[in-house]
Amino acid sequence: MTAQIPSSAFPEEQFAENLSQRHRTARWMAAVFQISTVFGIIVLLTLLYNIINSSFGLVAWQYRVPPESLAGMPLEELPKEELMRILQERVSANVLRRLEGEKPLEARSQEELYALVMERVVQPKIVKTWSLVDSIFRRGEIMQEVARDYPDAYLRFRSWLNARFLTSPQSSRPELAGVRTAILGSLWTVLITILFSFPLGVGAAIYLEEYASDNWLNRIIQTNINNLAGVPSIIYGMLGLAIFVRAMEPITSGIWFGAAEPATANGRTVLSAGLTLGLLVLPLIIINAQEAIRAVPNSLRQASYGLGATKWQTIWHHVLPNALPGILTGTILSISRAIGETAPLVVVGASTFITVDPSGPFSKFTTLPIQIYQWTSRPQDEFRNLAAAASIVLMVLLLSLNASAVLLRQRARRRIRG
Amino acid sequence: MNVKIAFQPGVRTSEPLAGAGKYAIEARNLTVLYHDRPAIRDINLAIERQRITAIIGPSGCGKSTLLRAFNRMNDLIPGARVEGEVLFEGVNIYDPSVDPVQVRRHIGMVFQRPNPFPKSIYENVAWGARINGYRGNMDELVEQSLRQAALWDEVKDKLHQSALSLSGGQQQRLCIARAIAIKPQIILMDEPASALDPIATLKIEELMIDLAEHYTIIIVTHNMQQAARVSHYTAFLMVDEQRVGYLVEYGPTAQIFTNPRDKRTEDYITGRFG
Repeated sequence: MTAQIPSSAFPEEQFAENLSQRHRTARWMAAVFQISTVFGIIVLLTLLYNIINSSFGLVAWQYRVPPESLAGMPLEELPKEELMRILQERVSANVLRRLEGEKPLEARSQEELYALVMERVVQPKIVKTWSLVDSIFRRGEIMQEVARDYPDAYLRFRSWLNARFLTSPQSSRPELAGVRTAILGSLWTVLITILFSFPLGVGAAIYLEEYASDNWLNRIIQTNINNLAGVPSIIYGMLGLAIFVRAMEPITSGIWFGAAEPATANGRTVLSAGLTLGLLVLPLIIINAQEAIRAVPNSLRQASYGLGATKWQTIWHHVLPNALPGILTGTILSISRAIGETAPLVVVGASTFITVDPSGPFSKFTTLPIQIYQWTSRPQDEFRNLAAAASIVLMVLLLSLNASAVLLRQRARRRIRG
Repeated sequence: MNVKIAFQPGVRTSEPLAGAGKYAIEARNLTVLYHDRPAIRDINLAIERQRITAIIGPSGCGKSTLLRAFNRMNDLIPGARVEGEVLFEGVNIYDPSVDPVQVRRHIGMVFQRPNPFPKSIYENVAWGARINGYRGNMDELVEQSLRQAALWDEVKDKLHQSALSLSGGQQQRLCIARAIAIKPQIILMDEPASALDPIATLKIEELMIDLAEHYTIIIVTHNMQQAARVSHYTAFLMVDEQRVGYLVEYGPTAQIFTNPRDKRTEDYITGRFG
């Protein structure tokens, strides 16, 4: 028998002292966690503030030819004939001939002619922009500055994020530039990425979880997949350049399928980009799908086998439906990552300036992050505003993709719970 | 050499088939090893047809391992290996020519924790029959199976609700209905009532006695009263110094519980150790 431990081993007064010390530690730790959360929120708010601050604000416009000098009334109310007369007087014969070649002036509507007059004759140009906060709080100073420095200019409030921005292709003039090509490029690329990496990733996860035995070869494969998930994305870009753009050029450019686009003629296509991003997210999809498959209770597998089901029947009828919500969650996260990727696409050869929409897997392409990157590196201030507006578009695109995937996941989950 | 038993809906009994032996299933010199470490050794056990046989013994004696050896569920555990024979309808189910899927289709199993599929009640019963090629009227089969499992009256109005909405006892009876829907010869039950309250346990026990008219049932239980109440035969397993399980005594339940031949059985049953 061991000796009885005396009750004095837990001295009363020391306990009281320790207790308050213990509670102090608990409070202190809680405060630390709160502070880190608050810090995170502050960073997030700063980011939002920055983007929104640049996306809206006052701009100073200047006309090359003031519209008042062209007609006695507002231009948009001028009849067709008047607008045509202005064009014929003010536009050089060369340009006029080209415009006639595209579509005869007579055949154009009044709105089209008005747009032409604005573009070719009036030529509004942004000379200076201000941020949203400055526009609100320093309006007086800004007005003085404009009156002093740009006597011909007038001041307007502009939302850089507008319908025209979403529907216009890229342009070298900031007031005309838009993100349509970039949005379409991003969507095409991500579509290829999903088609490539989802079936492959889920298939690999099924193999590793359900079929692979626990031997050294499979352990090496598993370790490698885990490590691949941490490889810097630029390295995937190098890989994509070497394999998809160069080695597989006949396929990725579409020559093999007789579908090459005349303007492409090399492997720098949507297909190459999608496959590269597919490689990048493949380990993430595999790891997440494995987690989801592992989370399916073993009792379900046993019940299924106990009824005389084969391995595949067990996987198809029980494991996969129950793992689907988890697999979808992992895929959503991976796709979000793919949409935001820039570096590998720069290496694979995203076009920095295209005005033609991508029309299929063999098109040249640009994506939203590439567009943002390209705009931020321009010297003119106006492009920074465009980049901010494009950032909002990118975030909305990401959030809506996530939201739709969350809905999909909840539907899958409801179907299981019955 | 293959187990050849035609799937016959409507035939609810496990009548002895031509060429089959006297017993429902028989273990001969059965040893099960996990990673070359034996869990049970040299078990010889012949299970009577249409009777309930209880396997009892202290924790870790390999009761469940023995039970799972009867329908090759140990195959699913990595590193498990079997020596000896298990004869079912005159065929060694561990013969390389025998497909474990076919074995499990004829020897069903009910597990310790109720594990219905997260599907509707109807689908739980119908699924096993469907994958095994049932061609008859599914509604009839579902109703018949649920009636046999004494669950029909409780669920007939909510067949298409999730099985997970049922209570634990109902879920376990659903698992039994699911197992008998594919008309097995033998039903293995691994402590089927250990996760249930006394009332649900009683229902399961009554159900087992009813089912024994048509099926051979082998049940593993920790509960000695349960073994005494429901079973016709009892096998008592012990564990030796190397922590390997072995069969001590096997016989009619009445004899095992009232007049055991082995001192160790008597000690265990009277609660002197274990």
